[in-house]
Amino acid sequence: MNFYTLIVFLPLIGFLVAGLFGHIIGAKASEYLTSGLLLVSAFLSWIVFYQTGLSGHVSEPVIIEILHWLTSGNLNLSWSIRVDTLTSVMLVVVTTVSALVHVYSIGYMHHDPHKQRFFAYLSLFTFAMLMLVTANNFMQMFFGWEGVGLASYLLIGFWYQKPSANAAAIKAFVVNRVGDFGFALGIFAIFFIFGSMDFDTVFSAAKARQGQTMHFLSWDLDVLTVICLLLFMGAMGKSAQLLLHTWLPDAMEGPTPVSALIHAATMVTAGVFMVARLSPLFELAPTALWVVTFIGASTAFFAATVGVTQNDIKRVIAYSTCSQLGYMFAALGVGAYGAGIFHLFTHAFFKALLFLGSGSVIHAVSDEQDMRKMGGLAGKIPVTYAMMIIGTLALTGVGIPTLIGTAGFHSKDAIIEATFAAHSAVGNYAFWLLVVAAFLTSFYSWRLIFMTFHGTSRVEKEAAKHIHESPNVMLVPLYVLAVGAIIAGFVFSGYFIGHEPEHFWGSSLFYGSNNHILEAMHHVPLWVKLSPFIMMLSGFVFAWLFYIRFTGLPTLFARIFKPIYLFSYNKWYFDEIYDFIFVRPAFLLGRLFWKGGDGAVIDGLGPDGVSARVLDITKGAVRLQTGYVYHYAFVMLIGLAAIISWFMFGNVTGGIR
Amino acid sequence: MNNSLILSTVTFLPLLGAAMISVIRSNDETAKNNARMAALFTTVFTFGASLVIWYNFDNSQAGFQMVEKYNWLGENFSYHMGVDGISMLFVILTTFIMPLSILASWNSVQDRVKEYMIAFLVLESLMIGVFCALDLVLFYLFFEAGLIPMFLIIGVWGGKRRVYSAFKFFLYTLLGSVLMLLAIMAMYGETGTTDITRLLTYRFSTTPIHFWGMTIDGGLQSVLWWAFFASFAVKMPMWPVHTWLPDAHVEAPTAGSVILAAILLKMGGYGFLRFSIPMFPVASESFAIIVFVLSCVAIIYTSLVALVQEDIKKLIAYSSVAHMGFVTMGIFTATAQGIQGGIFQMLSHGIVSAALFLCIGVVYDRMHTREIAAYGGLVNRMPLYAVFFMVFTMANVGLPGTSGFVGEFLSLTGTFRVNSWVAFFATTGVILSAAYALWLYRRVIFGKLEKASLKNIADLNTRELAILAPLVVLTVLLGIWPAPLIDVTTASVDQLLNNYKDAIKAAHDAGVLALR
Repeated sequence: MNFYTLIVFLPLIGFLVAGLFGHIIGAKASEYLTSGLLLVSAFLSWIVFYQTGLSGHVSEPVIIEILHWLTSGNLNLSWSIRVDTLTSVMLVVVTTVSALVHVYSIGYMHHDPHKQRFFAYLSLFTFAMLMLVTANNFMQMFFGWEGVGLASYLLIGFWYQKPSANAAAIKAFVVNRVGDFGFALGIFAIFFIFGSMDFDTVFSAAKARQGQTMHFLSWDLDVLTVICLLLFMGAMGKSAQLLLHTWLPDAMEGPTPVSALIHAATMVTAGVFMVARLSPLFELAPTALWVVTFIGASTAFFAATVGVTQNDIKRVIAYSTCSQLGYMFAALGVGAYGAGIFHLFTHAFFKALLFLGSGSVIHAVSDEQDMRKMGGLAGKIPVTYAMMIIGTLALTGVGIPTLIGTAGFHSKDAIIEATFAAHSAVGNYAFWLLVVAAFLTSFYSWRLIFMTFHGTSRVEKEAAKHIHESPNVMLVPLYVLAVGAIIAGFVFSGYFIGHEPEHFWGSSLFYGSNNHILEAMHHVPLWVKLSPFIMMLSGFVFAWLFYIRFTGLPTLFARIFKPIYLFSYNKWYFDEIYDFIFVRPAFLLGRLFWKGGDGAVIDGLGPDGVSARVLDITKGAVRLQTGYVYHYAFVMLIGLAAIISWFMFGNVTGGIR
Repeated sequence: MNNSLILSTVTFLPLLGAAMISVIRSNDETAKNNARMAALFTTVFTFGASLVIWYNFDNSQAGFQMVEKYNWLGENFSYHMGVDGISMLFVILTTFIMPLSILASWNSVQDRVKEYMIAFLVLESLMIGVFCALDLVLFYLFFEAGLIPMFLIIGVWGGKRRVYSAFKFFLYTLLGSVLMLLAIMAMYGETGTTDITRLLTYRFSTTPIHFWGMTIDGGLQSVLWWAFFASFAVKMPMWPVHTWLPDAHVEAPTAGSVILAAILLKMGGYGFLRFSIPMFPVASESFAIIVFVLSCVAIIYTSLVALVQEDIKKLIAYSSVAHMGFVTMGIFTATAQGIQGGIFQMLSHGIVSAALFLCIGVVYDRMHTREIAAYGGLVNRMPLYAVFFMVFTMANVGLPGTSGFVGEFLSLTGTFRVNSWVAFFATTGVILSAAYALWLYRRVIFGKLEKASLKNIADLNTRELAILAPLVVLTVLLGIWPAPLIDVTTASVDQLLNNYKDAIKAAHDAGVLALR
């Protein structure tokens, strides 16, 4: 056993023990065991992160084979662990947030009767996520990919008595499967083209395939473009990008720690990780990159517009997550992989902070999530308030332009600069949408703060009596995340998006020979560097005007711009449209095929016509005789066997004669 | 040639057990229990004996092993048995599932226990025989005779509409068999032998036949292909000859469904691999596209139908048809991944569908209804059951890490190499299977326990645990480590493919077959 294997498998041990023996060892032991193992795992991850990335000790990826999976023809697959800088970044993000969420959940789930199951699921998720980020071939990545999907499904539906939670769980799984449909086809295409599913083999052969075409469906298309777009479909599902985003807001039905861990910090970033991991392929497929930026920027804008009108505190943050993931993809699409992963890294801290903070709020007001029934909480839960402020400062990217700031200031602004520096049509498209989204981000974030913590209290009477600050077991994880939200930006920006990317990243990210974006993004005009700052500031001012100064304004705006307001409030009607064009027709077709196809056509023309006659005859005979149908069946069979035997052996003797 | 008696022993052990049970005379409780114990003992012992086959099996050999050959009906027909990498695991699957089926019938069958056990044991002998037979006549006897006990199991111990279902099952399969019988006679007429090992190397003519003013392009080979296809397609079952399956499942007793889904359906796939692909390669190549289309239709059509079912058993039955679509599709790609994926999918489906039907049996025994609407919120009273059912549901959905994933993944990998449209349509199955399986799970297991009839429902008992536990272990183990099973098949599949490619190449050179 070495460090790497331990990091990945400790959570699995936690899952197995808490899951299988949780009822024997009890809730307390399950909580401490799973959390303890995760803390160890996180500690080891930081060591690995230091060794592989920070120390600048550039090395080839470490690959440890664990178990041979199978060999079929020229397909040869194994379970293995691959660790390079990109992996180590993910290890740190996943295990750290997971460990903190485990600890936080000890407090948050205190009253829940199914604690063992909850902690087992959390650890199962962590294991699957670690398998994903340490994958050395596409099959293992897909295993982790669907494994986190399973854990997500189980945790969204954790409170299984709630119909809405069950519906959300199924929706999450099925919508993700739509993405996985593309992912799977992408993997098949990779094997078809490269004859292997191992990363290194595929990456090293990719260059030779550039510009070649393959026959896919009925068309001859560029090989790498087809493969990358199919794989990206998987990323769109997992990372809730436009068109496949509908499951993420609904996923907020799960317990809040789950939202923080899975639906903000880690699982939903798997798509971003995937594109970065496969940068040797994407970098050679400009059309695919174009699509990545286009979808990313559009999502960032779309989700931000929806976020400004939602009233459920968790849904606001969910749309914010969706939007921030869009930022990351926009960066990847213009070739700034380091910037995309950097934002993934910092986002994990402040978004987990915001979610766990909002969990603390929800905890305080007796499980109320509607911000219209909050307000004025700042004085009553001051620590949570302070934490939420820190999270908001980091998310909106507060800082001194060109100098220093919170986590989001460094990573988000880098993305906006990168899209501008791309100097391409889609880069400009992304730039402008992201700048507008920065305004909206700031607006909805401060709106959330003002509606929840400021103004007069709208908390219902019964709940108002019980408002209390959360216990330390919940607050300490917030402190840790708050530190990350403040310092992660300026401490690590030199490594992630510095002038010598290969020093930190080693060979884990691939930059084509024409890709100078990392250098160019440091030399954009001043107004570009200032634009996110201005947007952030004006977002704050508007939010202040709307929700503190002139509290009548929101209603007034909603009335004047009613169609726009409704469009945003109803999330651009995606759910309704999908229900109309996919869900209903599926059930309708199913019924048609069943009653019409199987019933009327196949059975009607086939066996029923025949067997009806047979049955008529046997039934008649039965009534006359003993009434035991099977006697006749048996007699008939023996007769049949006799006929067949006679036929066959009669022929046999004839043959011999 | 290793002329041990192990295959015959394993094949006829159950028959011996059946004979023993048949001498039990009285009909009281003790007699019933004796019959159960005897059946259980026999099947467990048979399973143990079958492991000897696996133990002695040499993975590196492509040909038949543990061969037994005796003259039987003159010189032309012999009692010829043997297993290779394609058939061996199906023998093991059969002997493994049988004890579980007997256990599953322990309390639910109270009527004519003796006869019931005899029927199952006879069926077991016949099923093992199918996978071991190396003579066409022998194969046909086992293949067809298996119909009789199954027909009785459905017709005697089945549900309300058992007679209708039994006849439907019978008519469908008989239709296919008659054509296969004619084909077997034609093959004998052509070659003068029914020995499978010799037929495997025979190249059936592809010269066009002129017949009553019609021309059959593919010649004798394609006629034979179609005759066998008819029989195996019904067994699989492939769309559109699948409608007997949901009815048969719904009416069959739990153990009957288990055997039907886990083993009887596999005879179709096995037949394709043993006969269609190696004996009629040129026809297989030219008609593959038809199989592909039917497979895709099966996957999409039956998945959609599964979505709207109101009966748990019917839903699982329809999902079986969809899963078998991956098998036929994989097999006819004639790629290593496709064929090994198809074989693995059959083995996995043998385990998973058996487990799902056993799970349905658990609640049916308690509530005597299969209506989805009659359930809901079972997790509140049956947490253990919920866990088991979840694992099998996920395997049914093809989640990586379960055995259900491996077969689908491999067969689709193989398919993509041959035809991306087919892979495209078939892969939509992963979306649809998630939809119907999770939708079922939600309605049966999740939610509040509100129905008064369910208030006292009990969780799994020890016997049920003993049945389901090995299936869970296998489902997960084979998902994580499929290599031991895949390796068994490799040598035989490689040989099959090499012969296939040679035959196709020869047909190309002769101008019979256009390049695909």
